[in-house]
Amino acid sequence: MDTQVLNAEDFKSDQMVRWCAGCGDHAILSSVLKTLPQLGYKHEDIVFVSGIGCSSRFPYYVNTYGFHGIHGRAMAVASGVKTSNPNLSVWIICGDGDGLAIGGNHFLHLVRRNIDVNLIMFNNRIYGLTKGQYSPTSKLGSVTKTSPYGTIERPFKPGGITIGANGTYFARSIDSMPKITTELLIESAKHKGASITEVLQNCVIYNDRIFADITDRDNRDDRIILLKHGEPMIFGKNQDKGLIMRNNRLAVVQLGQDGITEKDLLVHDAHCEFIGIHQLLADMDYPDYPVAIGVIRSFDGPKPYDERMEDQIVEVSEKSKIHSVHDLMYSGSTWEVK
Amino acid sequence: MSKQAKVIEIEEVAIRFSGDSGDGMQLTGTLFSDTSAIYGNDVSTFPDYPAEIRAPQGTVGGVSGFQVHFGHTRINTPGDYCDVLVAMNPAALKANFRWVKPDGIIIFDADQFDEKNIEKAGYKGDPFEIEDVSGIQVISAPISTLTKESLKDVGLDPKSILRCKNMFALGIVSWLFDRPLEHAIKFFNTKFAKKPLLVTANSKVLYDGYYYAETIEAFGSCYKVKPAEIEKGTYRNINGNAAIAWGMMAAAERADLQLFCGSYPITPATSILEELAVRKDLKVKTYQAEDEIAGICTAIGASFAGSLAVTTTSGPGLALKGEAIGLAVMTELPLVIVDVQRGGPSTGLPTKTEQSDLMQALYGRNGESPVVIIATSTPSNCFDYAYMACKIAVEHMTPVILLSDGFLANGTEPWKIPNLNDYPDIKVPRAAADTPNWQSYARDPETLARTWAIPGTHGLEHRLGSLEKMNLTGDVSYVPENHELMTQLRDQKVQNVAKDIPPLEILGDEDAELLVIGWGGTYGHLVTALTDVRREGKKVALVQFNYINPLPLNTKEVLSKFKKHLVCEINLGQFANYLRMQFPEYQYRKFNKVMGLPFTVKDLKEVIIKNLED
Repeated sequence: MDTQVLNAEDFKSDQMVRWCAGCGDHAILSSVLKTLPQLGYKHEDIVFVSGIGCSSRFPYYVNTYGFHGIHGRAMAVASGVKTSNPNLSVWIICGDGDGLAIGGNHFLHLVRRNIDVNLIMFNNRIYGLTKGQYSPTSKLGSVTKTSPYGTIERPFKPGGITIGANGTYFARSIDSMPKITTELLIESAKHKGASITEVLQNCVIYNDRIFADITDRDNRDDRIILLKHGEPMIFGKNQDKGLIMRNNRLAVVQLGQDGITEKDLLVHDAHCEFIGIHQLLADMDYPDYPVAIGVIRSFDGPKPYDERMEDQIVEVSEKSKIHSVHDLMYSGSTWEVK
Repeated sequence: MSKQAKVIEIEEVAIRFSGDSGDGMQLTGTLFSDTSAIYGNDVSTFPDYPAEIRAPQGTVGGVSGFQVHFGHTRINTPGDYCDVLVAMNPAALKANFRWVKPDGIIIFDADQFDEKNIEKAGYKGDPFEIEDVSGIQVISAPISTLTKESLKDVGLDPKSILRCKNMFALGIVSWLFDRPLEHAIKFFNTKFAKKPLLVTANSKVLYDGYYYAETIEAFGSCYKVKPAEIEKGTYRNINGNAAIAWGMMAAAERADLQLFCGSYPITPATSILEELAVRKDLKVKTYQAEDEIAGICTAIGASFAGSLAVTTTSGPGLALKGEAIGLAVMTELPLVIVDVQRGGPSTGLPTKTEQSDLMQALYGRNGESPVVIIATSTPSNCFDYAYMACKIAVEHMTPVILLSDGFLANGTEPWKIPNLNDYPDIKVPRAAADTPNWQSYARDPETLARTWAIPGTHGLEHRLGSLEKMNLTGDVSYVPENHELMTQLRDQKVQNVAKDIPPLEILGDEDAELLVIGWGGTYGHLVTALTDVRREGKKVALVQFNYINPLPLNTKEVLSKFKKHLVCEINLGQFANYLRMQFPEYQYRKFNKVMGLPFTVKDLKEVIIKNLED
């Protein structure tokens, strides 16, 4: 297998990368380039599909097959690619506007059908390419060019939508944590079904430092929690904080206080079918909670749409007497004119 | 056949079965038309049903009709006016009386003509006094009572018994036109194989209706329509939508490509998606998308991945797909967009027919966005043009819009099952793995089509997209001169399709002064009017366009042969305007109807004769 000797450089295309200096997209591209050689797919069997927006330039920078579509429709185009040829490794690149505003309907139905594709949502909570309007993930009150007095819209949370729509996989990373991003993307590729990975991404021009509260190195470890399946929900610079359930809600606790020990903490079960706790984890936000990073949900239950389609073709073909258009035309009621 | 009844031989007959949506009129009409086709007549049918699945019972809005036209000669239309109207209730009479010939026959279910139903239909008094039935033979038959009587000992519940009354009506009409009953009986046996009681009941009612007609002596005579002279071969009935689905499958099979249909249900196009969804045994992949846009975008994705991709819709859906059609234009991928036109604008008349999407198909997109446009003109040639649409899309690497309409979609006719070997080959311009120096936008010098490099092919990894492409390399380009060049190349590529399409054929008198011009689904009515007018000794010619963009290469030559040009279409003159843009040297007379209905031959004859004289 030639894939074993490939490295990130082999997946770089010859195109000049045109994102702004300091944009979080560069880091995500680098994480993806490190992911691809580890997937076991050849170059020609990988397809990147995008819509419109800054992030959607992505396919031009990867030396695989790529399709840069129209605004909001990457999910639909990619669904067609994967359904047509399930042997391909299909990746969707979209932003928060592309994926949750104009493409919101397609996003929901991609999750519902559970087509075996990997979607990376670059969430910068702003419209970058159109130069600074608020997006469906902008925080309530955000001051932007189209909300000069602050937005009066409540934001979406990609995780809430994915899990609420009974999605089978949701993970979250941060552009400034490229190693974790790569790990999560490898997990996403392994998952059979629609894998949604949200990457919190800094827009250096129109929404700079929007995630600074949780990404600045000094406070980061106290304000995010890296979830790992099967491990206790513990976080903090000194690994001295944790999460428990109290009154049907998550609560942050200090280890050692009130007699709380590691044994009292919740243990992350990403694989369970029940969405309740996954919803709560995905919803956590600073300052009330640490922001969850990692694979929040990875439920391997339902067979992906594309596989079911193939199964049905085999099943019906085996039973049918019709194997060609000729057979079809002569089936049913016909008569001879002599 | 009754010994007393006189048998009169006639050339052709049109019968309209009409009743409440739940009365089974579509089935009754279908059984009658199939019987006639098997008997050897030429047949054309047209169902006419409301958009509501079950509109309030007994109201005009809920009337469902099915017209069958059959004859000893070539039958090209379902017939404007009917010789026989079967009215299962007063609303059916109200809705259809205007379509009965002045010397026709009306058979009605007397049991349903009670005060309540008469009022529901909107009649204020006896319908047969309000409507002018002088000259019409009106046959009052207690169909409901006789059906109940017929089945009283069969052991069915009253509701199921009454549901058989359509077969009583079929029995009456079958006697009147000397039709055998075998086909209907065979149908019951298959359809109700697991419910033998229903086979017995339907068969009994059918025979009782037949014998009732023979016995009552209300009909002075019965009629015989001898078989038509039809080309030898194996036949079947087909409607336009099924023919489109099958034509696309035939193209996929010939090209050795997987057929993918991304679509969203919309009247009157839905049955194409349904027909394809059944055909998992032919490896067809159907994707019922969340909306019209996703329908076409999944098809574009499938086309990129190497499938023969199609999307099916009607006018409102075509409007929603506009931006994505532009994407297919820009990425130069093969794609067939089927638009089964209905009455518009907006939701308009979903179940009715119209030809008003022509301009939308031609120009309804942003930017210079040329696509090939083909129109079907009979239910059975939907197969041929669907095949050709796929062939052109693939060989020329372009989106093709295939225009059909509600009239062709649901209309049926006997179809001589073709030999698939008679259809032209489809050459897939696939790029071979590891082609040295392969470029995504390098073109075939003849067609200007680029090559199709399918994911999974080693050495051809490339990126396609909606941004303007650099000539040859396919890289994103904002170079002004390049944009102009690419705009012209895309246009020329579509124009080059003209080399691959057959010349326009003149029907009728080449030395006539008047050329009647039609396009798409009006063919049957126009050709019938042409034949009728010529039978009167007048000279007239007809051309029917199937290839709209590009037009056949001999279009100008054909137009130049005639002094007068009359464009007939079911819109306000879109094709006339299109011709005027291309050939402004002619004056185009127009005949337009926009009633959601097909033309009538009567109207066409009048307008042709008027234009011959003017």
